[in-house]
Amino acid sequence: MRIILNGEPAEVSAATLAAALDELGYGEGPFATALNHDFVPAGERRERQLAEGDAIEIIAPMQGG
Amino acid sequence: MRIYDETLKSRLMLGTARYPSPQILKQAILASGAEIVTVSLRREAAGERAGQKFWDLIRETGVKVLPNTAGCHSVREAVTTAQMAREVFRTNLVKLEVIGDADTLQPDLFGLVEATRILTEDGFQVLAYTTEDLVAADRLVEAGCRVLMPWGSPIGSARGLNNVYGLRAMRARFPDLTLLVDAGIGVPSHAAQAMELGYDGVLLSSAVALAGNPVTMARGFRLAVEAGRLAFEADPLQPRDMAEASTPVLGQALLGGAVFA
Repeated sequence: MRIILNGEPAEVSAATLAAALDELGYGEGPFATALNHDFVPAGERRERQLAEGDAIEIIAPMQGG
Repeated sequence: MRIYDETLKSRLMLGTARYPSPQILKQAILASGAEIVTVSLRREAAGERAGQKFWDLIRETGVKVLPNTAGCHSVREAVTTAQMAREVFRTNLVKLEVIGDADTLQPDLFGLVEATRILTEDGFQVLAYTTEDLVAADRLVEAGCRVLMPWGSPIGSARGLNNVYGLRAMRARFPDLTLLVDAGIGVPSHAAQAMELGYDGVLLSSAVALAGNPVTMARGFRLAVEAGRLAFEADPLQPRDMAEASTPVLGQALLGGAVFA
């Protein structure tokens, strides 16, 4: 299905957020996820079903002021 | 300096962005003596691992982190970013920024109060990036905020303390609250001035990161913050309009000059 990953179109076959992260190649690294602008805690990614057009944000530590 | 349940020896908090290299960032953190540095979150592509590398570097320094919500222009964005930061950085502390103006990066005080209320109720310990507005400060405290961080001047402007009167009034209004000047600091004398006003600390970033020699500048700020704090604690001499001789005139010989006594 077509999704939006970090603002760019992407294609995944996975049905859940956790499976999509695996499919897209995100490992264990420190990152957090949001689905359609709402935070999804790591512990809830396996239950969170994806739908066509969903927007996933994956953000990681970065320098800040 | 008290930041919620943490007591810190250093009164300087340092940003981590825009350094010439990761190594210089690390050296600058150590030279500054800061015990808390600000960090952020940004999109990461699969396999990029930039976030992991940065996180490893920060952990090597042994300092605590203060995640920010930089770049957020709405309450929802700021709240979601804070929630994501809490999971990644495993801290309830958040430097809450809700930006309301693109040119000055002035905080949206209405959104800031709303986001503070939401996050405080969710267990966050909010350090609010605000202005010197006393009414907004009252609302932030009512919303559960215990650390206010008014701007010195716009972020990255290096203009120092634009409104000394306002900052002094805020210190007087909240004598027991932790107050830091955040943003607009350009040189160590600006930081010392904030400390002389009785602020508990300063948070700065670009002034060190973009200096020609960030590590030396970090040390300069460390000393300035300490000097300013000592000055505040020592109850400084107040300015006056006319001279007052520092050398006693009692017993001075009359040698033909004018006598001003």
